[in-house]
This record gives sequence, structure tokens and C-alpha cells, in this order.
Amino acid sequence: MDYSYTILILLTPVILFLLIGLLGDKIDKMHAGLLGTTGLFAITMLSYSTAFSYFSHGTVESFQSIEAFQIVWLQFTDNLIIHLGILLDPLSVMMLVVITTVSLMVHIYSLGYMKGEPGFSRYFAFLSLFTFSMLGLVVATNIFQMYLFWELVGVSSYLLIGFYYERPSAVAAAKKAFIVTRFADLGFLIGILLLSFYTNTFDFNTLTDVNGPAIAQPITNVFMGLSATTWAMLLIFMGGAGKSAMFPLHIWLPDAMEGPTPVSALIHAATMVVAGVYLVARLFPIYSFSSPDSLEVIAYVGSFTSLFAAVVACTQLDIKRVLAFSTLSQIGYMMVALGVSGYGGEAGLGYMASLFHLFTHAFFKALLFLGAGSVIHAVHSNLMTDMGGLKKYMPITHITFLIACLTIAGIPPLSGFFSKDEILVAAFEHNKIIFGVQWMVAGITAFYMFRLYFNIFWNNSPAYHHTPHESPATMTVPLVILAMLSISSGFVPFHEFVTSDGLPLTTEFHWMIAIPSVLVAMVGIGVAAVLYRNKNSRPESLALGMKSLYTLAYHKFYIDEVYLFITHKIIFGLISRPVAWFDRHIVDGILNLIGNTTVFFSGSIKKMQSGEVQWYIWYFTSGVLLLTLMILYFN
Amino acid sequence: MIMNPLLPLLFVPFLTIVGIALVKDISSVRWVSAVGMGTQLIFAFILLYLFYKERNAGNTDSMLFVSSTMWYESFNIHLKFGVDGISVAMILLTAIVTFAGIFASWQVEYLTKEFFISLIILAGGVFGFFISLDLFTMFLFYELAVIPMYLLIGIWGSGPKEYSAMKLTLMLMGGSALLLVGMLGIYFNSAPDGGQLTFDLTEIAKVHIPYAAQMFFFPFTFIGFGVLGALFPFHTWSPDGHASAPTAVSMLHAGVLMKLGGYGCFRVAMYLLPEAAHSLAWIFIILTGIGVVYGAFGAIWQKDLKYINAYSSVSHCGLVLFALLMMNETATTGAILQMISHGLMTALFFALIGMIYGRTHTRMINEMGGLMKVIPFLSVVYVIAGLASLGLPGLSGFVAEMTIFVGSFQHTDTFHRVATIVACSSIVITAVYILRVVGTLLLGPITNNHYLELKDAQWFEKISTVTLVTSIAIIGLTPFWISTLIHEPLAQMIQHLIP
Amino acid sequence: MNLQSEIPLDYIVVLSAVVFFVGLLGVVIRRNLISMLMGIELMLNAVNINFAAFNHYLFPNRLEGHFFALIVMAIAAAEAAIAIALIINIYRRFATVSVDDVDELKY
Repeated sequence: MDYSYTILILLTPVILFLLIGLLGDKIDKMHAGLLGTTGLFAITMLSYSTAFSYFSHGTVESFQSIEAFQIVWLQFTDNLIIHLGILLDPLSVMMLVVITTVSLMVHIYSLGYMKGEPGFSRYFAFLSLFTFSMLGLVVATNIFQMYLFWELVGVSSYLLIGFYYERPSAVAAAKKAFIVTRFADLGFLIGILLLSFYTNTFDFNTLTDVNGPAIAQPITNVFMGLSATTWAMLLIFMGGAGKSAMFPLHIWLPDAMEGPTPVSALIHAATMVVAGVYLVARLFPIYSFSSPDSLEVIAYVGSFTSLFAAVVACTQLDIKRVLAFSTLSQIGYMMVALGVSGYGGEAGLGYMASLFHLFTHAFFKALLFLGAGSVIHAVHSNLMTDMGGLKKYMPITHITFLIACLTIAGIPPLSGFFSKDEILVAAFEHNKIIFGVQWMVAGITAFYMFRLYFNIFWNNSPAYHHTPHESPATMTVPLVILAMLSISSGFVPFHEFVTSDGLPLTTEFHWMIAIPSVLVAMVGIGVAAVLYRNKNSRPESLALGMKSLYTLAYHKFYIDEVYLFITHKIIFGLISRPVAWFDRHIVDGILNLIGNTTVFFSGSIKKMQSGEVQWYIWYFTSGVLLLTLMILYFN
Repeated sequence: MIMNPLLPLLFVPFLTIVGIALVKDISSVRWVSAVGMGTQLIFAFILLYLFYKERNAGNTDSMLFVSSTMWYESFNIHLKFGVDGISVAMILLTAIVTFAGIFASWQVEYLTKEFFISLIILAGGVFGFFISLDLFTMFLFYELAVIPMYLLIGIWGSGPKEYSAMKLTLMLMGGSALLLVGMLGIYFNSAPDGGQLTFDLTEIAKVHIPYAAQMFFFPFTFIGFGVLGALFPFHTWSPDGHASAPTAVSMLHAGVLMKLGGYGCFRVAMYLLPEAAHSLAWIFIILTGIGVVYGAFGAIWQKDLKYINAYSSVSHCGLVLFALLMMNETATTGAILQMISHGLMTALFFALIGMIYGRTHTRMINEMGGLMKVIPFLSVVYVIAGLASLGLPGLSGFVAEMTIFVGSFQHTDTFHRVATIVACSSIVITAVYILRVVGTLLLGPITNNHYLELKDAQWFEKISTVTLVTSIAIIGLTPFWISTLIHEPLAQMIQHLIP
Repeated sequence: MNLQSEIPLDYIVVLSAVVFFVGLLGVVIRRNLISMLMGIELMLNAVNINFAAFNHYLFPNRLEGHFFALIVMAIAAAEAAIAIALIINIYRRFATVSVDDVDELKY
């Protein structure tokens, strides 16, 4: 089977980006949008056909990874070469489908949502750039290609968060997102350098080969008690944690909601933020065999993030921020699943569950964001205090949003139930504490999602300036499609396709896990219904009752302030400013000192140039006499 | 072969100067300069083509198109020219930056004729430097490039221009003095077994200069060139000099002249004195490592656009020397790539700063804001330059930096590892100051209502910026051709460096 | 008459040295430009004595020293003419011929 046509999947968006970006001013705005959307539709179809032929033509026992395309881009040393290529394996094909689907939905939705914006064509150019980068990232054949696209994704994210560039908060958020992830990427880069130095390859197939240099030849170098592999893998995870906004590098994601809502749906919910999960999954064999310690770290980081974010989400008022924290929490789930997983067979359940959750989460979280966007479009505010009672004005948005909330809460038979359930099973088999935490988080998730739901669609309506109305079809159609995907994607036989070792995995249904998890979700929904279904004073009194916790959570545990302190006070105030001062006054001062000393000396001897001829004669004669005497004396 | 393709590189600037001297009005002066430097650019590409042709024809000499004329017999000084892949790359860089620089200074009104003459003398000096194979001629061209700088800054500069011009020239002259000592030291040790002393680079490379002499003269030579390459702590001419210099001079100076430093450090100091380079590398690795981070941190706190860029140049050029000192093929390839990349990038930055200054009459970032709205073309190009500077894949900075980091990481000892990681961390700090500038200067609301009347780029400004952006993108997208171009001579030189 | 046997070279050299230093002293301590010029003439003549004497005593068969002395005289004459012209101009400009008052060429 020849897959070389998949290069079109990468080429099309980049051509679209250049076309729309360069001709954006010349052509009609709507045409630019339609051009982008049509192009993306083509890419989506290509991805689907790739996925279809890949999964149907895969060999009977396991799926092989295929390098559909490969060129040498830059050669560092004889072995360390950056190839640009396309790697097709179950993981990347699955990601192709997810990315193109969500991206297409977002494109269609944006045609309506962004209508009339001054930067309409610029917006579509950036979307194409992002799609290109993200697709390039997932089909990367080697870790350096991944890093390359990783950076491109970061930049497209920066451009899109800062889309409303006249708004200072958007500019600040974009900057923050870029710098935080850049900092994490530094770890990623050093990790790549370490890993590639010891294994002498960038290539994923060689790296993750069970008999390859990364796994079969253990690296004996030890630094500060951890082996070089563990260091490398932890540093690489740092990069993943930055993109996936794991604690403590999560601070950029809530602020990133300054971008247009469809962008949040695409980048900051469905695709880019799961890049970290994808990265860990991509290198999973190395983690699993050579560096189980770092997997342990991943599990705990994921678990903590999911709990932390869920708690914060309960107190936020900005609906997009609630969703952002919910994204953090869900990605935490995926990380946990990877962290508790083993390699191959039954032990690989966590791996499969994690990617399954990635798959389903992409659809329902995109749906939530797009639904929220629809609401924001109608009421022109992000705050849930400005909303309420919208269910009678916006029926389609209401229904689809409800479906999404039920999905994320894990109510059967919606897709979230299946994926979350498998994560819980994997966690249960590995680590009871983590399981407990995740189980609790499932309840909190249901609670805050329904708090959001009830506050938007039920409760009392505030006084609207003009009556909210349902969004246009360009916006509601993607909502409906995504809602259907949210319902149905749980029934995809995922375990047969994407597993840690490429072999199909048989899963059983665990009633002992499923029932409590559904129960806790129901409790969460119930509590939310009691508190928020109608206007009442219970939420305030509850908040007062747990005042300190509430304040902490409301201020996101002051993590932002800590960062602000570190960056402004320490890096700017204690390093950068003294450096600038040092340079101007000490380094440059020394040079000026040399100059000034010269001037001073010349000033003090210039008096000899008195203009009185006889003194000159006198000096001259004395000099001659002195020289004569010296010659006489030394001879 | 009809004619040595190196000769036009010297004749074209000369003829251009004669042409400028002959014509009368400002507009002809501009056009003569533009046509002259355009021709130079074409000749640079012809050279590249002929170079490839010669190589593909199987010519494996380390230097091609060598021509040598006895110039001053008693000291055995030759006018000796020749190029290898590195020189060809540097000549291309110089031709591109000069071409862009002419268009960036299209609006110089005061003493236009003299301005362009000085500018082209400077460029001619740089071209001569890169094709020289004789230490003495090399030094001659080096001085030829440095001296017009004084006039260009002192006469056409802004701000405390006399002070800056004096400071820059004196520091570079101080560097030259050190360099002269080092060069003469090499000359007088060039025939340790008796025989004819020589300034010829290729001849000296064949002899073994006594270790003691190497150790003595290496610091002179390296620091002498290092001053020009913004080696910490001899870099302070850079912020003041660049801040006062007129646009095209900043472009040429940061873009090309600073590369003379790196090129010289490698070709003269390290190549001719290899053992000393090995013994003393650690000192300079520490200095350049500090310089990389220090320059980046220094840039964060600056408010003047040119100062920001000058400090960022200190950081980036520090990385060039840092990589050269790593002394392996990958890292040095990265260093040359970084020279080219930084040359184009920083020239673009200075061109843009000049254009923005020409409109807003200030360079303080906190006095400006929201320029994206009013001058979108220049702003977008500025963002591209910024992204190239912070290492966006697809633009030249990424290729250069990654090659350097991968190369530097090939050393296994802790010292080199730590130094590399410290140098790596500069990519984060770079992001901080670049995004700070982009955020304050270009994005956000418009701070001054006068800005609403600003005009976007004119045609000559577009030529200037588009030339540079295209070059940056070409190198960033297809780095393989340039890395193969420079890899071959580097492999030979590294072979020579490794004892 | 044999000068050589009657007067040793040393005497003449001493004479020349004395004349030279008298001239030097005149140049250094006299403030009047005319007196300084006279001092210079004395120094030149001291040199001339040396030229003639050394030529005569050391290379009696050659004439370069004598010629040189003649050239010096010629130069001295020219120099005196120029110097006096300068002094006259200085007098017109500054209304003085004292060197102390003519120090325009200082730092």
C-alpha cells in the first residue's frame, strides 16, 4: 500500500497559509474563509481515507508503522540527521483523524463566529498554519522533527491567542503562553540532546524499538542518582508538561482563553494541549522499559493536576476558564493513565485508555468550547453571572451543551464514560491512591460542569440588553456533528486499533469500577442541580462556609502570583536589571575609566606645551645632554 | 576559465565608488550605488555557481580560484586571494546585506555622495577580508572596513554620535593592535626551522609553530578578533555604537562586520594556533558562555530598540564564538550558520528599527505602541525577524542554534555539558525580550494619535526588507545546501585542529 | 706655516664648543627675538668651525667639510633673512619682540 499521497495532508495547509496570508488583503474576506475551509475539508477527507486504508489493510496480528515519506532536511553528524517525513502508525493515524475533524468543525464554526471581524482572513491563515504544524507534529518520524513542529505549534498558538492584538490582556496572555511553553521546551530540547547523544539517533522507530539502543542497551551514566535515560525522559516530559499545561506549568492555559473561542476549542482543548500526552505515548516504550521512575512521576503529576484543576474549576466565573481548568483536569487523567500503564498486553490498558480518552475528549471538549462560544456570541460576555435561562433562547446550543456535559461527567452510554472508566480501571490495578483521587475528581468534574450548565441555561435570566438568539447554521451544524461524535465515539473499538504494542487488546467491562464512578458523577450533578438550578443563596453560604479554601481556589492557589514574583522580582529585578546596570557601569565603566585616565594624564602634561619657545629649546637641549651623558656612561 | 571570479568582488565596489564620485545629483548617487551593489550580489551568486561547478568537476583543493601576486618582497607579503565554502557563504551574506543596506539608506539627505562612498568602502573592505589568504592583506582589508565606520557614525549618526564613534573606533583599534601583535607573532614563528617567513595562511597552516609561541600569541589574536565579534567583556562598543550609527551602518556592522570577528577567530587564531586553542579554549568558553546569557539578560532591561538589538547581538555572536570553541564539525557548522543567520536577522532588525524611527522619531519602546494597526507591513516583518531571532523552525535561527546545541553536546565531559545547557537557556531569555518588544511596540492599543497618519513601507523599504526576509526563509527552509557548502572546508579545518 | 703643528685640534673643538654654548645660552635666556637670532647665528658658526677644522685635520685632501661650511653659511644667510622678516611681522602683529609675549602656539 502506497501512502506517499499523505504528503498532501501536510502540503495543503501550508499552501493555504501562504495563499491566505499573502493574498488576504487582496481577496474578499469571506472567500478567504471559504478557501481555508474547503482546503481543510480536502485534508480531512484525505486523513479519513488514510485512516480507513491503514486500519483496514493493516496486517492481521498487528499494525506496522510505515514511513510514507522521508527526506533529509539537515544533517548534524553521520547519525544524527533531521528527516522530514511522515510516519503512519495507529497513534499518528488516530491523531490525524482527530485533528482534521476538530479543525474542520472549527473552520466551519468560525465562518459564522468570526464574521465581520477585521482580521478575518488573517485568522484563517493562522488556523491553516496551526493545522499544518499540528499535523506535522503528529506524523513526525523522528523526535527532532517533532520538536520542530512543536515550536511551530507554539508560535501558531501565540499568534492565535494574541489574535485580538489591540487588547493588552490578549497580548499578555499570548506572551505568557509562549514563554512558559518555551521554558518547558528548553527541557524538551535538553532531553532530546541527552537521549540522542546516548542512542545516536533521532528516529522514533529506532528509539522505541524494544531491541534498539534506547531500551536494550541501558545507559550506565548516572547523574545525581538518576540514570541519564531517566533524566532525558523527565526532561522530555517537562516539554510535554509545558504544552499539556501540567502543574506547575499550567498557568498559561487559563489565560490563553483570551483568544477567539473557536481557537480555544481547537488548540487549547482538543489538539495542541494533548501534544504532551502524544509525546509520552510516542516514546512510551522507553518510558516503560528504561525509565519506570519517570512514568511514576508522570502519574503523580497528572493526578495532582487533575485534582487541582478540578477544584479551581469549581470557583471560576468566566465560563471559558472553567472549561480551561476542566481541560487541565482531563489531560491529567490521560497522563495518569499513561503513568500507570505497562507495555504490551493487559498491562498496556492504561496506554490504550489514555489515548481513547484523548480521542473522546477532543470531541466533547471541542463541543463544550464551541457551545460556550455560541453562548458568548449571543450574550457578549464571558462571565456566567451575565448569563442564565438561555435554554429557551438557544435550544440547539442547549441540547448539545447538555450532551457534552453528560459526556464529560461520564454518564453511560456517552463516550466519556467508556474512556474514563478504562482509565479508572487501569489506575485501580496500579495504584489505589491515584485511583481514589481520580474517582473523586470524576465527581468534582460532574459538579463543576453542571454548575456551569445550570448557570448558563437555567437559573434566572439577568436583564439582557437585547434578547439572545440562536447562532447561525454555520455555528450550530458543527455543534450537532460534534454532539453526535461525542455520543458515538465511545463505541469505536479503540482497543483493537491503538495499543501500546500494536496488538489488539481485549478489554472487559468492570462493573465494580463503573458503578461507583457513575454514582459519584450522579452525586456531583445532583449537588450542582441543588445549588445552581434556581437562584438561591446556598452557593454563597457554601462559599462562606469554606471561605479560605474558596478564596484559595478562586485565586487559582496564587500560582500566578508566585510566577509573577519569580519573573518580575527575581528574573527581571534581581538578574536582568543588575546585569544591565553592571554592563553600563562596570564593564563599560572600566573602559571609560581607561579612556578618562588617558585624558587625565594628557591633561596634566599638556602644560609643557606652553608656547614659549625657549622652554622647548631648554627641554631639547637637556634631552640631548642627557642622552650624550648616557652614551658616554654606558660605553 | 576566462577570469578569476574573485576579482569582480574587488573591482565592482571600486568602480561603484568612482561612479558615485562622478555623478551629480542625489538620485543618481542612489541608483549608481544600488546598481553597483546589485551587480555585486549577482557576482556573488555567480561565484557560488562557479564554486559548485568546480567542486562537482572534482576539484578538491581546499581553496579555489587562488591567485597570488608578490606585493612587498622584503617581508614576503602577497596579494593572495582564494575562497573555500565558508568564504563563499560569507561573501553571499555580505552581498545580500550590503544590497539591502543601500535601499535602507535611500533617504539619506545629508552629504549623500560621501555617505554612499564610505558605505561602499566599508563593504569593499569586508569583501576583501573574506577572500584574502594572506594575513597582511587580511589585516589591511580589516582596517579598511573599520575606518569608514568612524566617519559614518561620527557624521551621519544620531544621539551622542561623536562619543560613540570614538568609543567604537578606539575599541576596535585596540583590538587591531592586539591583532597586529598576534599576527606578527605568527609571522615571525612561521618558519621555525629557518627559511622564508610568510604571511600566507595556507603555508603557515602547514608548519608547526612552537607551543610556547602559540600559547603566547593565541590570546592576542583571539581577543583581537574577539573584540569585533563582541566577545564578553569587550563588547560595550556594540550598544553605544549601534545606537548612534545610521541604519545602513548598523546593518552592515552588526550583520557583516561582527562576523569578521568570528571568521578571523576561527580562520586565524584557532586554525593557525591549534594547540593553544585546545589548551586555552576553556577560558573563552566560559567568557562566551557568560556572554550568551549575559547579553540576553541585558537585552531584557533595555528600552531603546537599538540597545535591545545590540545586546541580543552580543548574545548571538557570543554563541558563534562559543560554538567555534567547541571544535567539532557539527558545532562549527552551526557557528557558521549562526553567523549567516544572525547577519541577516540583525540586519533586518536594524533596517526595521531605522524605518520605524524614521516614522515615530523615537526608539523608546515604552513611548510607542500599537504600530501593527498603522504600519502592518513593517510590523509583520518585525514579527518575522523576532521569530527568526527566537528560533522559529522554518527560519534561519532555528537551524543555526540547533546545530550548535547538538554539536556542543557531543562533548561528554561535565564542563562542556554545563556550558551547553547554560547556552541553551538563552533561547528562553531570547523569547522573553523579543516578545516583550513585539508586545509593547507592535501590539496593544495605539498610544499616540499622531501614529494614525503614519505611512506604511515605501517601495525601497520593501526591497530592503523583502530581500532579507527571503534569505532568512530560504536558509531556514532548506538548510542542507548551505550546510553542505560549509561542511567540507570545516571538516578539513577541524581535522587540522584535532591533534 | 704649519697650523697643524702649532694649534692642536682639541683647542679648536673647545673653541667651537664654547661658541656653541654661548649661542645656546643666548637663545635660551635672552627674551629679545633679535638676540635669540644672534644666538642661533653663533651656534651655526660654531658648527662651521667644527666642519672646517675636522675637514682640515682629518681629511686634508678632501673638500666636503669646507663645502658644507659654505652651504651652512648660505643657509644661515637665508635663514637670517626669513627670521628677520618674521620678527618684523611679529612686531607689527604684537607690537613687541619679546618671546614671552608671543605664546599663541600653546596647547
